[in-house]
Amino acid sequence: MSDEPLGYDQARWTDDERTYEPLLSEKSTESVDVDSPLPDDLTRDSLELPALSEPELARHYTRLSEMNYGVESGPFPLGSCTMKYNPKFTEDVAVHPKGLVHPDRPAESVQGTLKLQYELQDYLGRIGGMDAVTLQPPAGAAGEFAGILVARAYHRANDDERSEVIVPDSAHGTNFASAAMAGYDVVTLPSGEDGRVDLEALEAALSEETAALMLTNPNTLGLFERQIREIADMVHDVGGLLYYDGANLNALLGRARPGDMGFDVMHYNVHKTFATPHGGGGPGAGPVGVTEELAEFLPDPHVRKSDGRYERYAPENSIGKVHGYAGNWLVLVKAYAYIARLGDEGLADASAKAVLNANYLAEQVEYEVPFGPFHHEFVASAGEQDAADAAKRMLDYGVHPPTTKWPEIVDEALMTEPTEVESKRTLDQLAAAFNAARADEEATLEAAPERTAAGRIDQVAAARNPRLSWQALDEE
Amino acid sequence: MTAHGSPYAPHTDAEREAMLSAVGADSEEALFDIPDGVRFDGEFGIDAHSERAVRTLVDRTLSANRDLAEFLGRGHYDHYVPSMVDHLADRSEFLTSYTQYQPEVAQGFLQALFEYQSMLVELTGLGVANCSMYDAASALGEAATLAARVRETSGSRVLVPERLQSGRRRTLENYVAGHDLAVESYPMDDGNVDLDALASAVDDETLVVYAENPTVRGTVEENAGAVGDLADAHDALFVLGSDPVALAVLEEPASVGADVVVGDAASLGVPAAYGTGIGLFACRDEFLRQVPGRLVGTGEDATGRRAYTLTLQTREQHIRRERATSNICTNQAWVALRVAMHAAWLGPDGLVDLANDCVTRARDLAARVDEIAGVRAPVHDRHHFREFVARTDQPAAAVADDLRGDGYAVHVVGEHEIQVCVTETNDADIDDFVAALREAAR
Repeated sequence: MSDEPLGYDQARWTDDERTYEPLLSEKSTESVDVDSPLPDDLTRDSLELPALSEPELARHYTRLSEMNYGVESGPFPLGSCTMKYNPKFTEDVAVHPKGLVHPDRPAESVQGTLKLQYELQDYLGRIGGMDAVTLQPPAGAAGEFAGILVARAYHRANDDERSEVIVPDSAHGTNFASAAMAGYDVVTLPSGEDGRVDLEALEAALSEETAALMLTNPNTLGLFERQIREIADMVHDVGGLLYYDGANLNALLGRARPGDMGFDVMHYNVHKTFATPHGGGGPGAGPVGVTEELAEFLPDPHVRKSDGRYERYAPENSIGKVHGYAGNWLVLVKAYAYIARLGDEGLADASAKAVLNANYLAEQVEYEVPFGPFHHEFVASAGEQDAADAAKRMLDYGVHPPTTKWPEIVDEALMTEPTEVESKRTLDQLAAAFNAARADEEATLEAAPERTAAGRIDQVAAARNPRLSWQALDEE
Repeated sequence: MTAHGSPYAPHTDAEREAMLSAVGADSEEALFDIPDGVRFDGEFGIDAHSERAVRTLVDRTLSANRDLAEFLGRGHYDHYVPSMVDHLADRSEFLTSYTQYQPEVAQGFLQALFEYQSMLVELTGLGVANCSMYDAASALGEAATLAARVRETSGSRVLVPERLQSGRRRTLENYVAGHDLAVESYPMDDGNVDLDALASAVDDETLVVYAENPTVRGTVEENAGAVGDLADAHDALFVLGSDPVALAVLEEPASVGADVVVGDAASLGVPAAYGTGIGLFACRDEFLRQVPGRLVGTGEDATGRRAYTLTLQTREQHIRRERATSNICTNQAWVALRVAMHAAWLGPDGLVDLANDCVTRARDLAARVDEIAGVRAPVHDRHHFREFVARTDQPAAAVADDLRGDGYAVHVVGEHEIQVCVTETNDADIDDFVAALREAAR
C-alpha cells in the first residue's frame, strides 16, 4: 500500500504565499474608537477585531473546514469516543423554530418542549433500565459529576458520610476528576490479568468509606465484566453505590441494561450512543439515570406529567443544579430523534453491527490484540513501534487513527472503535492502513505525517512556550 | 423503514455472513460476552419511525409550544445569528469532527478555536482565554475552584451578589462544595454592587468576589473598578461576569482589575435555544497552568511552519486524572466556532453597533414603559444594557399572566417587578407589547 501513489492533491486557491490559511487578524484587523450612549467612564476606548467582508469570511471558514477531518471525511475509529455517522435529518429537527425558545418560559407555554424532554427521559430510562433520568448535565463528565453528587446526597440523607470513590486504572480520566471535584478521595483499582476487575483487589479497596465504584461495562478494553453481579453485591455489601460510565453503552443496546446489572446511577453519552455530532469537541449531553431510591436527589428541574400536563419540579432532596438552565437542548432533540428513528430493533441492530465490526477489524489487524473477546472496541498493541508514530503514519493513509497509548495497561495501545456505520469494505481498507503502518520502517513512521495540512507538530515545544492568541504572536 | 435494523449500518447480508465467518461466529449474538444472569431479553417498547415520520412527530410535539414574543433575558439572550454562521459551521468537516487529538488533521478547527480565544483576549484584556466551557454557571464554578488553587492563603468565602440568576448560584454551590468553599451573598444598592456593604463583607478569608457587568437586573455596573480594588486589598480574586456583546463597549475587564472573566458567550452565535450556551472563561496570564478546560496554542510543524495544537494538556483529566484542573472533556467547541464566526461577521464596528443598540433599545423601551399608568421604569436609576426592571402597581404575576394571554413573555422578578429584555429580534413587537402592557398594568 505504501508504494502506491497516494492520490491527487487538487490545486487550491490561497491568498497567501504560505500554504496555510492566514489568521483573520493577519488578513485584516481594525481598531475602532468606541463611542457609546453610555458615559465615557463606563466604556472602553477602543476595540480591535478582524474586519472582513462576508465573502472573505466564507472562504476563510471553508478553507479551514478543508483542513479538518470529520466522520464524513472518512473512518474515525477513535476508541471510546464512538465517532459514528450522524443522520442528517436530526440537524433539521433540532432547530425546529418552535423549540428555539427562552428557558425561562412558563411551563404552560412550552408544553411541547416539556413533552419531548419527558419522552426522552422515558426512552433513556427504558434503555438503561433506570427508574428516573435527568437531562440537565451538558456533557458526559458533567453527568459523572451530577451522578456522584446524587450519590453523595444519598449517603448524607442516610447520615452516612463517606470519603472514597473507587475507579479502575483503565477508566476514563473524567471518572477520577469528577469524583475529586465532588470532594472524594479517589482510590485507583488495578486491573486483573485478564484486563477486567480483579475481585480480590476490589475486596481490598472496598470499605465503609466507599461511596461508590465507578465502572464502565464493557470496559475500555472492550471487555465485558462478566462478574458484574458479584461486583455489585460486593459494593452494595459495604453500603456503596455502583456508578455506570455510559461511554460504552453503544455495545449493549438491547442486550444488557446497567439497571439490571446492579448499577444504581449512570450517565448516558447521548452524543456517542445516540449519534449526535461531536462538533469538534462539543456540545454533547450527559443525562443521568438512577434507581428509584436515588430519584429524589436528581437536579432541579425534573419534568413530570400530571393530569395530562407536563410540568417542571424540584425533586424532594434535589442536589440543585449542574447547568444554569436545563442542559444542551439542541443535542437532546437530536438524540430523541435518533432513538425514535431506530426503535427497539434498530438500536439492537446498531449494537450488533458495532460489535461485529470491532471483532472483524480486530481479526484483520496484524498488530497484536491482547485480551478478548471484544464488544464494540478493542485495544491493539503497537509492540515495538511507538503507538503515536504509527498513528501519525495512518494519517498519511487517509484514516483517522485510533486512540493511542491509552489505556496504559496495554503497551503502546491502539484503542480502536469502528462503530456500526462502517461497511466491510471500509473496514478492510482501514485494516490495510493499520497493516501498512505496521510494516513501515521506524524512520518512515517518525517522519509522518506528510500528506496533512500540517506536518508533525512538536507539542512539547508548543507547551514549553505557550502562545494562545494572536496577541501573543504579535508580542514576539 | 427500520423494521429490520439500523438504517445507518451499511452491511449487506453477504457482507455480514463473510464477516461472521471471518471471526468464527454463527451470529452477532454469539459475539456478545454477556452472562445469562444479566442478559436483557426484553424490549424497550420504543417504536421505530421513518425519517419523515420522526420529523412529523417532533413537529407535532413542539407545535404544542405557544408562540410568544419573548422579552426575556437574565443571562440567555436572543440575538440575530447571520445565515453565514449556520451554513459554514454546518460543514461536516467541522460538525462531525472530534476533539483535536490529532492536530495535523484538525488544523482548521484548531485555528478557528485559536481565533476564538484571541477575540476573547481582545474583549477582556486578559492574557488567556480557554476555548469554551459549558455555560456561564459552570464557568463561574470553575473560576471559584481556580481561585482555590491559585490563592496562597486559606480563605474559603466566595462572595456573590444577592441578585444572581438562580441557575448560576446553584451550579456554583455544587462546584465549590467538594472544595469546602462557602458561597455567601453581599447586598446590592439600586441594581449595582453596594460598595459599603461589600467593604464590610470582604475579609482575608475571602477567596473570590464575583460581580457582573451588566448585572442580572440589566444595569451597567458603575463600581467595577472599586470592586476590583476591594478584592485586591484582601488578596481575593475578582471574577467578573459579562458577555461578548456587552464587552464590546463596557469597561475593559482587565482595566477594572478583573482576574477572571466568565459568562455566556452565546449572546453571539446561538439563537435562543432553551438554555444551550457556552461558558466564556478568560484570566490573567499568571494563572495559565491552573486554567480549566481546553487550550489551543501555536507550535511548529516538522517543516518549521506555524501550526496549531491543543496544549498544556497535562492540566487535563485524561492526563492528570484526579489532580486535573477540571473534569471537562467534551466542551462546547462547535458553539465556540459559531461565536467566532458571528463576531468576525460583525467586525469591530458591527459589534460596537450591536452593543450600542442594546443600550439605546433598553433605554428607549424603558422610557415608553415609564409613561404607562401604573408602571415605573426603569426601577434602578442606572444605565442599562439590553434589559431593565419595571415596577408595576398591580401584582407582577398577574401582569405577566395578562401579557402572556396577549402573546408576550416577561420575567417576574418581584412581587411588583417585571423584567423586560429587548434586542433586534423582538424590537418589531415593541409597539404591540407596550400597548398590551398598558392594558395589563391597568
